[in-house]
Amino acid sequence: MDSVVDALRLSLLVSFSATALLFVVGLALAWVLAMRQFPGKNFLDALISIPLVLPPTVVGYYLVVLLGRRGWIGAPLYRWTGWSVVFTWQGAVLASFVVALPLMVRVARAALEAVDKDLVQISATLGKSEWETTWRILFPLAWRGILAAVLLSFARAMGEFGATLMLAGNIPGHTSTLPLSIYSAFQSGDDALAQQMAVLLTLVSVVVMILANRWAGQRL
Amino acid sequence: MLDFSWHCHPEVVVLFGPSGAGKSMTFRMLSGLVTPDSGEIILGGKTLYSHAKGINCSPQQRQVGYLFQHYALFPHMTAAQNILYGHPAPRTPAALSELQALLGQFQLEAVAWARPAALSGGQRQRVALARALMRKPAWLLLDEPLSAVDLSVRRSIRSELKQLQRRLNIPMILITHDLGEAFSMADRLIIYDQGRVVQSGLPEEILANPLSPIISEWAGHCPPAHSPVFSF
Repeated sequence: MDSVVDALRLSLLVSFSATALLFVVGLALAWVLAMRQFPGKNFLDALISIPLVLPPTVVGYYLVVLLGRRGWIGAPLYRWTGWSVVFTWQGAVLASFVVALPLMVRVARAALEAVDKDLVQISATLGKSEWETTWRILFPLAWRGILAAVLLSFARAMGEFGATLMLAGNIPGHTSTLPLSIYSAFQSGDDALAQQMAVLLTLVSVVVMILANRWAGQRL
Repeated sequence: MLDFSWHCHPEVVVLFGPSGAGKSMTFRMLSGLVTPDSGEIILGGKTLYSHAKGINCSPQQRQVGYLFQHYALFPHMTAAQNILYGHPAPRTPAALSELQALLGQFQLEAVAWARPAALSGGQRQRVALARALMRKPAWLLLDEPLSAVDLSVRRSIRSELKQLQRRLNIPMILITHDLGEAFSMADRLIIYDQGRVVQSGLPEEILANPLSPIISEWAGHCPPAHSPVFSF
């Protein structure tokens, strides 16, 4: 039972941290894609969306290439700080973040784009800055869609497996989130434990999906 | 393609023309929502846009009161909050007393705490107008202000708008499709067609010497043999 609690606690820690990061970064990216025209916009959109079509293990592989101790960013980081994100719970957060980012950005962007553009323009003629218009008009009118985006991202982060395994490994009590623990239990023949955790993960996901559908006001 | 040039004073200026003639685009350029390719926009001696001088004031800097065709009221705010939104410092006692005055002036006290969805067409228009006035605009742009209100109240709104312009003494530029409305409201009339100004001047001058077929037909004249298109 302890291992279930440990895995659940770790999964919640990783998913909440990834969701907090997704909320800030994903919403900012969604805003830029919804409100701005700039060269390379399609490329940025495609880059963010790649994890939707790539196997998570491949995403994880690229993350290792980028952030591993010998990686492009990871090597200088390790030299300066003596710390690497590989095999840490922060690595699991990063893997979940990258894999869930397209969901957050796409759903939040659709919500922002659904706000009547006349309202944004009239706000400008009333002397309000883009920042003020965003906070007082765009976000309040798009909050249901943004909340749905956050919930979906959370659910995706809870279920993340492949990229997490590649970047953070499967260290019990340290980086073994629920999906990884289910795999370990199943591999070692502990079917009862695997079943308990699978049911738990399914329940969390179903509840999150119901809430997301209700708040978005439509089926996603 | 949009090519126009005209001048106005503190008066009611009516832009008339068929759909797609460029009237709404003119408003978007005047208010700074769209940047023209060339030319100048000058208001009361202040250059708001000049291609040659590289000046392009943002919509926030233009001090324009813009009434959109469908009013663009913020649906998540009450009528009072919508109006207050136009004030640069909405939390001050001065703003609240101005709000009270505008609510009274536009007979909106009873619906001050209602959301736009619960208001009638006429009430929505008055809220949008009050919101635009809260900003103390240097000019008013009204995009088809009478198209979404009942026929029965159009006549009274026409005279209210005219009185409003006289009281504020700022240019009030409005768009209409309705020639009767154009001639009854305009101090100066500007006729648009296909992105160009076909004719501009006092309504009686235009009526006496119409240069576009639609005006001649409406005025009961024969269409002129040649309808010259002026590009100023």
